Amino acid sequence: MSGLARTRSVALAVAARGIHNTFTNPAMWMPSVLFPLFFFIAFAGGLSSVQNAPDFQYGAGYTAFQFGFICIQAAAFGGVFTGFSIAADFESGFARRLMLAAPNRGGIVIGYVLWAMTRALLVLCVVFAAGMVSGMNFEGSSADLVALLVLSLAVSIVATLWSAGIAMRLRTMQAGPVMQMPIFILMFLAPVYVPLALVSGWVHEVARFNPVTALLEASRGFIAGDPTKVALSAACLAGLFVLVATWARGGLRSAEKAG
Amino acid sequence: MSAVTVGAGGSVLGQVALLAGRSVMHTMRAPAQLVFPIVFPLILLAVNTSGLDAATKLPGFPTASYLDFALAVPFMQGALFAALNGGQDLARDIENGFLDRLALTPMSGGALLAGQLGGALFTGVVSAILYLLVGVAIGAGIVAGVGGALVLLVLAVSICMAFACFGTFVALRAGSGEAVQGFFPLFFVLLFLSSAFFPRDLIEQDWFRTIATYNPVSYMVEGLRSLVITGWDAGALAASFGIAAAAIVLFLGLSSRALRTRLLRT
Repeated sequence: MSGLARTRSVALAVAARGIHNTFTNPAMWMPSVLFPLFFFIAFAGGLSSVQNAPDFQYGAGYTAFQFGFICIQAAAFGGVFTGFSIAADFESGFARRLMLAAPNRGGIVIGYVLWAMTRALLVLCVVFAAGMVSGMNFEGSSADLVALLVLSLAVSIVATLWSAGIAMRLRTMQAGPVMQMPIFILMFLAPVYVPLALVSGWVHEVARFNPVTALLEASRGFIAGDPTKVALSAACLAGLFVLVATWARGGLRSAEKAG
Repeated sequence: MSAVTVGAGGSVLGQVALLAGRSVMHTMRAPAQLVFPIVFPLILLAVNTSGLDAATKLPGFPTASYLDFALAVPFMQGALFAALNGGQDLARDIENGFLDRLALTPMSGGALLAGQLGGALFTGVVSAILYLLVGVAIGAGIVAGVGGALVLLVLAVSICMAFACFGTFVALRAGSGEAVQGFFPLFFVLLFLSSAFFPRDLIEQDWFRTIATYNPVSYMVEGLRSLVITGWDAGALAASFGIAAAAIVLFLGLSSRALRTRLLRT
C-alpha cells in the first residue's frame, strides 16, 4: 500500500468513526447545532432594529446580515467542538491506541478535519433551513451559495487544525477554553452587529486588520448576491491554513513524543 | 478537615465562616475561577459598545451612549459565572465525598448552604466592584450618583446570590458538575432573550419582544440599568430587587430540601 493510500485509509477510518459517533449520539451534535442557532435567533431577533440606524447599508436585511456571521461562527465552532472530541479521545486513551495502530499519523489529523467538515455541513444545513423558515432573503445565486459553503468549510478546517494543535499538545478536556477563547475573541472583534463603517472605537481599528472581518464581508457578499473581498478572504484563509497546519503538525509531534 | 470539625462544634455563624472561608480559598487558589468571570464580560462590554453604538442614533433610544446602556450586562454575566463556579464547587464536594464527611459532623444544614454560597458571593462582590470601577473609568456615568452606585452594587450582589442559589440547587439535586455545567447555556439563553442588549420598546420582532417581556432577566437588567441611565426609578428597582429576592427565597428553599434529601441518603 502506498503512503498516500495508507494516509487516506487512516483518515477515512477516523472520519467514519467520528461521523458515526456524531449521528448516533445527540450529545455530540446538539451543542454545535444549538449554539449558532441560538445566536442567530438572539441577534437576528433582538437586534434587528439596528438596521434602521443611519448609514446601515445591507440590502438583504438584518436576518441575512446575521446569517453571514452565523455561517462563519458555526463553521469555526464546529472545529472547536471537534478539538474537544480529540482531547476527549486522548483522555480516554483511545487516541494513543489510534496512534499505535495507524501506519500514517498525519492521516489521523486529516480524519478529524473531515469529521469537523461533516459536522459543520450538518450545522450549516440546519441554520440555513432556520434562516429560510424565518423569512431570510438569500439574494445570491446557486454559485454564491456554493461559494458560501466552501468559505464556511475552509473556516472549519482552519479552526479544527488550531484546536487539534492544542488538543494534541495538552491532551486534556480542560484545554477547552484555550481552544475556544481565542476564536471567540477573534470572531467578536469583527463587525458582528453592524457593517465595519459603523463599528466605533478601538474595536473598529482592530476589526480593520482582523482576518475574520474579510471572511464576514465575503460571507455577507455571497448572501446579498454581491461577492465582496473574495480574493482577500481566500488569501487570509490560505495564510491561516499554513499557520495552523504547522501548529497541528507540531501538536502531533508533541503527542507522539508523549507516547 | 480538623478545622471544620472544630468549627462544627461552635456557633452556626462560626460554621458558616469556616465553610465560606474554605469556599473563598478554593476560588482564590484557582485564578481562572476569578479571572474568567471578570475579564470575559468586560471584553464583551467593549465589543458590544463598539458594535452597537450606532443603535443610539435610533429615535427613542434612551441614552446617547451605548456604554451606559450596556454597563448593566457585565453584572449579569458576572453573576452567571459566579453561580456556575459556586455550583461546580459544591458538585465537586458531593462527587469527592466531602459533603458526606461533613454530614457526619454536627454541622447544621443551613450553615452548610450559607458557607457554600460564600465563594460565589465573594466572586460576585469582587467582580461587581471591578465592573463599576472599569465602567466609570472608561467613561460611563451613573445618573443616580454615588448613592446609586452603591445601590447598583447591592442589587448586583443580590442578583448574584439569586443565581448562586439556583446553581446550588442544581448541584445538590444532580450531584454532578456536568449537570451544573449543562444549565449554564440556559442562563445565557435567558440573558440573550431579554432586554439586555436592546430596549424592549425598540425591539422590532414581536415574538422577541414578547419573550423579553415575560423573561424575568429583563427586569433584573432594567433595574441595574435604571440607576445608570435614568436615575432613581422606583418601579424598575422594585421589580429588580423583588425578582432577585423571590429567586433567592425559592431556590434557597429548594436547596435546603435537596440538601435534606441528600443527607438522609448519607
